Order: sequence, then structure tokens, then C-alpha cells
Amino acid sequence: MTAKQDRQRSMLRATLSIAAAAAIYEALARSGIFAAALLPPLGSVFKALWDSLADGTMELHALFTMYRVMFGFGLAVAIGIPLGILMARFQRIENFLLPLVSALMPIPSFALVPLFMLWFGIGNTTTVLIVFYAATFPMLFNTWSGVRSVNPIWLRAAGAMGADERRLFWKVIIPGAAPFIIAGMRQSFLRAWIAVVGAEMIAASDWGLGWVIFDAKEFLNADLMVASLIVIGAIGFMTERLVFGSLERLTVMRWGMLRDARS
Amino acid sequence: MPIDAAVATDRAATRATGHERWHAVWRNAFPFLVCGAVWEIVARAGIFPPRLFPPLEVVAAALVRLTIAGILPHHALDTLLRLLSGFAIAAVGGVAIGIAMARSRLAEDIFLPLVAVAAPIPGLAYAPLFLLWFGLGNVSAVLLVGFVAMFPVIFNTWSGVKAVKEIWLRSAQAMGADNRRMFTHVIAPGALPYILTGLRLGLAQAWRILVAVEMLAAVPWGLGWMIFGAREFLNTDVMLSGIAVIAVIGLTLEKQVFQRLENYTVVRWGMMTQ
Repeated sequence: MTAKQDRQRSMLRATLSIAAAAAIYEALARSGIFAAALLPPLGSVFKALWDSLADGTMELHALFTMYRVMFGFGLAVAIGIPLGILMARFQRIENFLLPLVSALMPIPSFALVPLFMLWFGIGNTTTVLIVFYAATFPMLFNTWSGVRSVNPIWLRAAGAMGADERRLFWKVIIPGAAPFIIAGMRQSFLRAWIAVVGAEMIAASDWGLGWVIFDAKEFLNADLMVASLIVIGAIGFMTERLVFGSLERLTVMRWGMLRDARS
Repeated sequence: MPIDAAVATDRAATRATGHERWHAVWRNAFPFLVCGAVWEIVARAGIFPPRLFPPLEVVAAALVRLTIAGILPHHALDTLLRLLSGFAIAAVGGVAIGIAMARSRLAEDIFLPLVAVAAPIPGLAYAPLFLLWFGLGNVSAVLLVGFVAMFPVIFNTWSGVKAVKEIWLRSAQAMGADNRRMFTHVIAPGALPYILTGLRLGLAQAWRILVAVEMLAAVPWGLGWMIFGAREFLNTDVMLSGIAVIAVIGLTLEKQVFQRLENYTVVRWGMMTQ
């Protein structure tokens, strides 16, 4: 009972806190200390959001961005998981790839944007490749450490019960590594989402949420900027919670390998 | 005689470890040699114009030329200064907010919703807004890096302080620790592994975003700006040498700074194994 009351009080305070922040912002925006073009009142932000949603441009921008993210992220998953498994299972492959991976990983994906712009031009190819580069390493690394951390007792038990290589792989190694792999997918989607916005800003094409923000700066459209910030945040948040959250619930939580912190 | 024998075995031992060390060096260098060779073959085959795909010795020459001229060190130094000042903002602000959130219910209720709303937005998306507010140049770049790197620090500090075992707090209290000593002797060391993780994540985030911010904010010096500027003149060799310097700095930050820090503190206290 007290826990519920506690939570209600927290919710109330959270709402109050956001409302207070909004009120302070609104007061600042209306006070005229800063130019209205730089600090738009919330009303005009929501109007910009509504207008761009109503005429379909925002949806189209979001669609372009999603397409690039999903393409790059899909490539990263398709390459990162098998490579990670190979690295964990074969010492030679690990010896070859690990130094390369640890040298490439600290290079921020954005450092490659100008190079890729030269090589592949402005547009989808560059953005997708940057997303792919950003998303591959967390995927690879997590899969690698996941497969390595599969409990050896499970492997031996399965072997003793007569599992052959293929069944060992599908029934023991993959489920055992799944929490790591899903965590890796989560991380790499987050990276991909960051990378796509930056890549769209620098390697500007003419569609995409990152490009909208950057383009709006040129025309001092701060309201449109904040509106697309809201859209970017909302999409990222929802993918994280809905897609990966339910993926986790359907697999590793159901198998009892990871408990829900909330329950 | 025994002394001689001891020396001999000692020598044998050093030779063995020396041999092993060479083996490790070779094992680590081999993949790079293969990749370098492939790069060189592709570059010399003339499939791509050499302006866009320069052979490695051209890149190395550019690296040496720029280093001797003092251009590359100047760019790198400015980038590092920007990284450090942004990271300092993130570390101080993030740890302070995180501790406040964990220790006071009111602070938690105020800050958590704001942080939860602002954190999932990719840091670079704020860049145009910061540029608009603070103008092109250093101020925007440093503030943005600090702002973005603050979130992992806040989250980790917050959960670290909350994860300090209740029993430690109670036993410290029973032994008569006042609030200040409780903080310095129990809470801070107990939360330190988490805080260090947060700082590490924050630094990594700051580093990733800084390069892009330098491209967007038109700072006068900086590695990101150098790479971006080189594109205009098709100076792929300059770009590649900039990327190489970025990789070296990133690797050094990760291996030298944070692993050392961890070894000196939490590993030595036995709170974390290597």
C-alpha cells in the first residue's frame, strides 16, 4: 500500500517537475530577454510539430531516417553476430580480428563521414555505411563475450547427454549467449540512432530528421528544430522500450535468464 | 656453481618471456600487415583514383609533414583541450546531480523526469540548438560535449550511490560515523566502481561526439575540423592521417587513462577484479 502511495507521490512530483520546467521555459521565452527566433514559446513548437505532421513532411523525414537506421543496423546485426560467434569459437579468427577491432573501435563513426562522403558521395550510401560502422562494434563485442561466457558446465552437461555439435550450438550456446546478444542489439541500435542523426547533419541529403534540424538552423526556425528533436527522442525511446523490451521479455526473461527489475 | 646455474636459468627465463613477447607483438601486428598489404594493392592497382585512395606511404608522408610543420599537434592539442574541458563539466555536474538524486528524494523526483526525457535524444541532435544559442565556436562545442557526456555519469552515479549496501551504512552508523565521514568513508568508496563506469562511458561519449561537433561548429583548430576541411581540397591523405591520430588518442584514453585509474582504486580495494 505504501509502495503504491510512494509511487503516486513520485509520479505527481515528476509531473510537477516537468510542468515547472515547461513553465520556466515559457516564461523565459515570453519575457523577450532572448529573441523569439532562438527560444520559441512552447505553443509555436507544438504548432510546428502539428503542421509538419499534418502535411506529411515530418513523417517522410522520419521514414527516411528509419530506413537508413534499419538498413545499417540490419547489416550490423547480420555481420556482427556471426563474426562474434566465429571469434569466440575459433582462436585463430579471434587472434586475427581482435587487434583490428580494438584499433577501429575507438575511432568515432563521425570521423569517417568526410572520407565516406568523398568515396560514396552525399546520400543514402554514406549514411547507411556510417550507421553500419557505428553499430557493428557493440554487436560484435557483445556476441563475442556472450558466447565466451556460456557456462562450461552447460556445455559439458549437454555433451554428456549426447548433444552433437549442431544441437550444442543451437540449444546451448545461442540461448546461453542470448542475454548478451540482445544487450548488444540494444546498444548498437542506440549507437546507430546517434550516428544517423550526425551523419544526416554532416552529409546532408535533403530528407531525414537530422537534416531537418540542421536545415532549420539556417533559417533560424528554432520551433521546427525543437519539434524534430521531440520526434527523434520519441522514436528512439519507443524503439528502445517497445521493440527491445518486448524482445527481451519474449526470449531471455521467459527462459528465466534475466529477471525483470520491476517485478 | 649454484650462482652460475641461477644466472643461466634466469637468462633462459628472460629469453622465454622475451620470445613470448615477440610472439605477442607479431600476433597483434600480423592482421594490420595483412590489411595494410591489401590496402596497398588496391591503391596501386589504380581501380580508384589515387587522390581518393592514396597508398599508405603517401598517408605516412602527410602524417610526418603535418607533424613536423606543427599543424597536426596543434589540431590534436585543441581537440584534447576541448575534450578535457567538456568532460570536466560532465564529471563535476554529473557526479553532483547523481549524488543529490540518490540521497534526496526531492532531488530525485525533480531531476529524474528531466534526465529521462533528455537522455534518449542523440546528443548531436542538440548541436544546432546549441549553435544557435551560443554561436559558432568553442563555447558551443565544449558545452555540448559536457551536456551529452553528463547523462551516463548521472545515471551511473545515481545507481551507484543507491546500490551502496544498507548494512555498510548501518554498521558505520552504529560505529558512530557522522554524516560527513559516512559520505567520505562509506558512500563514496562504495559507489566508486559505478561512478568510474559512468565516467568512462561519459568520456567515450564525449570523444565520439566531439569530432562531429568540431565539424559542425566551425572551430578554428581541431582534428574533426581538419578532416572536414581536407575534404574540400580532396586531401584524402590528410584525412586518413587525421583519422589515424584520432584512433591513437581514443585507444590511449581507453587503455592508459581508465584502466590505470581502475587498477589504482577499485581493483586495489578489492571491489572489482580485473
